[in-house]
Amino acid sequence: MELFSFVDDIKRMDKRQAIYQILNFGMIISTALMIWKGLMVVTSSESPIVVVLSGSMEPAFYRGDLLMLTNYREEPIRAGDIVVFRIEGRDIPIVHRVLKVHERDDGYVKFLTKGDNNQVDDRGLYAPGQLWLEKKDVIGRARGFLPYIGMVTIVMNDHPQLKYLVLAVLGFFVLVHREN
Amino acid sequence: MHSFLSRLNTLFAFTISVLAVLTIGVFISTYFEKYHETVSIGVNKPIVKHMTDYSANRKKNDLGVLQLNLDMNLNQLFDWNVKVLFLYLIAEYVTPTNSLNQVVLWDKIIRRGENARIYLHDIATKYYFWDDGENLRSNNVTLSLAWNIIPNAGRLLHVPANGSTSFIFSDQYTTSRAASPKSSS
Repeated sequence: MELFSFVDDIKRMDKRQAIYQILNFGMIISTALMIWKGLMVVTSSESPIVVVLSGSMEPAFYRGDLLMLTNYREEPIRAGDIVVFRIEGRDIPIVHRVLKVHERDDGYVKFLTKGDNNQVDDRGLYAPGQLWLEKKDVIGRARGFLPYIGMVTIVMNDHPQLKYLVLAVLGFFVLVHREN
Repeated sequence: MHSFLSRLNTLFAFTISVLAVLTIGVFISTYFEKYHETVSIGVNKPIVKHMTDYSANRKKNDLGVLQLNLDMNLNQLFDWNVKVLFLYLIAEYVTPTNSLNQVVLWDKIIRRGENARIYLHDIATKYYFWDDGENLRSNNVTLSLAWNIIPNAGRLLHVPANGSTSFIFSDQYTTSRAASPKSSS
């Protein structure tokens, strides 16, 4: 019966307590949002943490690994860097390694990428007629690596019902749980 | 109040904390590692051809063809926070229009436990050495090797190797179709 002790908790909750719990819930959400936005400012990348979704960079990165990105403007793009870029007409960003760089005197850079596990370069993946990537396509460069953690988001995205279930249960317990 | 759920929750939280502390420990223990090593790079028979680059702009571009000699022992680089070593050989040169050109000619993945003693003699480049234009003749090219350390957890470092080599391409195009780069792994 201890499993359902929260039912008693709700019954015993007065108005003040309820408001406190809701504010607490809002606090948690805004903290998470602020951390994410803060990371965006610190790394100047629109997406400072990405999850590897494909095996095209194996054996370095596997599905579910976590990458930390930076995108500082003064940091040049060089051959060998691992860049995360977006292709026109594709929603999902790609994580691949820079194979060729040509930088003009006026600072304009064009570069070509390739996945470590792919046999050929990425020209087949780019938009039709696109031969090179430019600075504007880049979301960030991989600076840090953490294995497996991203598996959580992959599982959640593959099974959306699970995502809503977990969110509902977490939200419910945050609202209901009473600090003693 | 020790229900089954609260015990499970405590156990889970404890497991996560232990894993996190161990991971941070591994990260900090290798934070000051420099991963330097000396390598020897040699070039053989560099020639320039004038051909149509069907992979890029479909215009006549300069194609450099050369053979590589590589000699290195990177076994020292593997500590307990190195999962994979990604080696790449960069050809770097300047042209009238471009202040910097970098072309990767060869790369290799070395996993932990694999032999990191590399001795390659007169191999063809793994990737084509296409210039973005027609500026390879009489041009001075610097070849340098670098590696990207892929850790178990931590920073993705790019370390340039000690030891690079330079050569100058001939001022004439070579027209023979005999030597063309083949993929070699």
